[in-house]
Amino acid sequence: MRPLPNGRPPCRGDMTMGGPVITRLGAAAVAAGLAGFVLAPLAALSLRAEGFTPTPADWAAVRFTLLQAALSAAVSTLLAIPVARALARRRFVGRRALITLMGAPFLLPVIVATLGLIAVFGRSGLLNGGLSLIGLPPLSIYGLHGVVLAHVFLNLPLATRMILQGWQAIPAERFRLGQSLGFAPRDSFRHLEAPMLREVLPGAALIIFTLCLTSFAVALTLGGGPRATTVELAIYQALRFDYDLGRAATLAGLQFLLCAIAASAAWGLARPAAFGAGQDRATLPAAPGGWRKGMDAAVILAAALFLILPLGAVVLRGLPGLADLPASLWPATLRSLLVALVSATLSTAAALTLALAVAARPNRLFDAVAMLPLATSGLVLGTGLFLLAQPLVPPARLALPVTILVNTALSLPFLYRLLLPEARALHQGYDRLASSLSLHGLARLRWLTLPRLARPLGFGAGIAAALSMGDLGVIALFATDQGATLPLVVHRLMGAYRMEAAAAAALILVTLSFALFWACDQGGRHADPA
Amino acid sequence: MTKLLAAGLSVLATTAMAETPVLTVLTYDSFVSEWGPGPAIEKAFEATCACDLQFVGAGDGAALLARIQLEGPSSDADVVLGLDTNLTAAATATGLFAPHGITAKTDLPVPFDDANFLPFDWGWFAFVYDNTKLTTPPTSFTDLAASDLKIVIQDPRSSTPGLGLLMWVKAAYGDKAPQIWADLADNIVTVTPGWSEAYGLFLEGEADMALSYTTSPAYHLIAEQDATKSAAPFSEGHYMQVEVAGKLAATDQPALADAFLAFMQTDGFQAVIPTTNWMYPAVTPAAGLPEGFESLRPATSLLLSATEAQAARDAALAEWQTALSR
Repeated sequence: MRPLPNGRPPCRGDMTMGGPVITRLGAAAVAAGLAGFVLAPLAALSLRAEGFTPTPADWAAVRFTLLQAALSAAVSTLLAIPVARALARRRFVGRRALITLMGAPFLLPVIVATLGLIAVFGRSGLLNGGLSLIGLPPLSIYGLHGVVLAHVFLNLPLATRMILQGWQAIPAERFRLGQSLGFAPRDSFRHLEAPMLREVLPGAALIIFTLCLTSFAVALTLGGGPRATTVELAIYQALRFDYDLGRAATLAGLQFLLCAIAASAAWGLARPAAFGAGQDRATLPAAPGGWRKGMDAAVILAAALFLILPLGAVVLRGLPGLADLPASLWPATLRSLLVALVSATLSTAAALTLALAVAARPNRLFDAVAMLPLATSGLVLGTGLFLLAQPLVPPARLALPVTILVNTALSLPFLYRLLLPEARALHQGYDRLASSLSLHGLARLRWLTLPRLARPLGFGAGIAAALSMGDLGVIALFATDQGATLPLVVHRLMGAYRMEAAAAAALILVTLSFALFWACDQGGRHADPA
Repeated sequence: MTKLLAAGLSVLATTAMAETPVLTVLTYDSFVSEWGPGPAIEKAFEATCACDLQFVGAGDGAALLARIQLEGPSSDADVVLGLDTNLTAAATATGLFAPHGITAKTDLPVPFDDANFLPFDWGWFAFVYDNTKLTTPPTSFTDLAASDLKIVIQDPRSSTPGLGLLMWVKAAYGDKAPQIWADLADNIVTVTPGWSEAYGLFLEGEADMALSYTTSPAYHLIAEQDATKSAAPFSEGHYMQVEVAGKLAATDQPALADAFLAFMQTDGFQAVIPTTNWMYPAVTPAAGLPEGFESLRPATSLLLSATEAQAARDAALAEWQTALSR
């Protein structure tokens, strides 16, 4: 280690060592690139468009979109709290498997998830079969409640994982201190859990809200009809049937606006918890017994059933067709794996750069830019990129590079949200120590940052990889006769009556996405010093 | 030496000239897949044209039109294949298409004449049901609306069959269409973004019937030896989907594009259609239709002309949306 110039530890934010400056410059470059990538297509669309004023039907779509997204975000995060708490304080056989499985619903292609849910909650599903056995009238999944149910199924696990990470980030010392002070569960909640939730919940709710804001196929299929029209469907209609670029651009702009309002609300609510660093002792405080133990068990069981039954349906539907898969599936699978790995790598590097910079010095602009891709309509992004690229290169040749970039951009917000709280805790807990040891640059990354952030990095990279396996929206526009990806093959099989083969291809897609996710997540957990 | 160089250069030039010309046909996704008509047609046409036929798949029929408009005259495509008559008026209005100059001889149940577009296949929309579960299917829209049968349909704002159903009700009922939709509202389980989702839900047992084609049962019969699916004949008649192709005015291969459109009317193209695209070929092949295709031939065929369809669309869409949003 290099001796310090004047023998005293550099103060926080010391610029002489190069580290923070490089981080900030890197973050500025990432933010600028991301903002350009997301906003330029919208601008390209607007330039080609004539003016447009939203119609009453568009405002109705905005209202429904807001309502379903707000409900989905609220229900997902509120239900995730007891699930995450039970998972944080109980140890049982299969706990790790359940936590890993929590990644799965989020990764399902929309139509596959919908069919899985319908197998359980549909008119001829398990639930209604059970109800009719005991003589009760059937329940309908179609309507606003169905949309929220599907969004909760897709996002509850994500919220649970984000909150669980918050719980695990509270140093065990703090719980023990609470115990020695004679904290009742209520005091624990007030002094330890509530501040943590205050830090984590707004971010989790925001990400789910924004995700549901651009929902289209789930909302329409389970919404039961035109009442359930979302802004994204209106954009789809404008681009596909009406070729009304102005309407599409205006609606996409509205979506950005809604997301910006939600993001400011989340910032207003969130407060850093500031627990300080602990010693990574794995010993947990004794969990409360009695009725709380029974309640935790019930919560875990209910959450597990809610996730496993539809997933099981997806697996069962896929098995019969496995023998009858087309040969084109395998090159498409390789292509999808390539897209997933490259996107995940790019996205992880970019999100880490942004998160480290914002953790060291809060920056609302970076924070906002990191959320931009979520608010983007995939269709507008694809169409705008098409308009930008087409004069230069035949779009057909760009299908895969564009898919990789779009997936990188779309998975970055998740990674960023997962990394930021822990990057902040890392900065608060270790920055002075690391600086006093002159641990900077790559050495700091190697010995401090990567090991300390291994858990969220692994989880985030896994999510990014799996998300990139499943994305369909953009490639459909650029597609060629050569460049099909696995989701596109699923889509084509379904479009050609081959539902069984499509279900099998979807099973392969889900299995591979899940395997990628699992590998990254496990990697992260093993590298975690805690 | 100079002579040798000149000779060498001229050989190079001839090779470049002799490079196989490429004809690019922009079509919908399911046409190009390995189980779609694309591969067999490519082989058959390349045997006649000394060219390289390349199919480029892009979404569905509506996506094709959007893509052509995005690309404008600079498109690489020479021919667009897969629009239907609900979209051709808009396609013509773009001014991007050129007349084909071919006198179409088709076996469509209705007369068809369009200067820019030639039909390559067609079908009747119909509600498909499982004949082991439903023994007395409805015989009309009013019959269906009065029953408590559940149906899944596609959204006319995102799907070409959905738009077809909208035109079907409009063509059959005119000003009374809103009432039909209002009466159907309680039969509709849900509205899906595309055909695949609706048909998938029907096969999962979520609905008694799904909007599809009269030829859908033929798929199950021929490809799966499954005779349990039938299409319900409706007394109002059945609306048709006529799928067409047209030459782009800005093509750099006008002669090849013309040759392809002419080839489209021959057996090399038409005989492939029934068991790959599961539609009726526009010109019945010499060998006839495969068994299973004659199961339901509606007495009345309904089809709005391209201009009528375009004129009716916005108002019909608003009626549909109002009736089903209540």
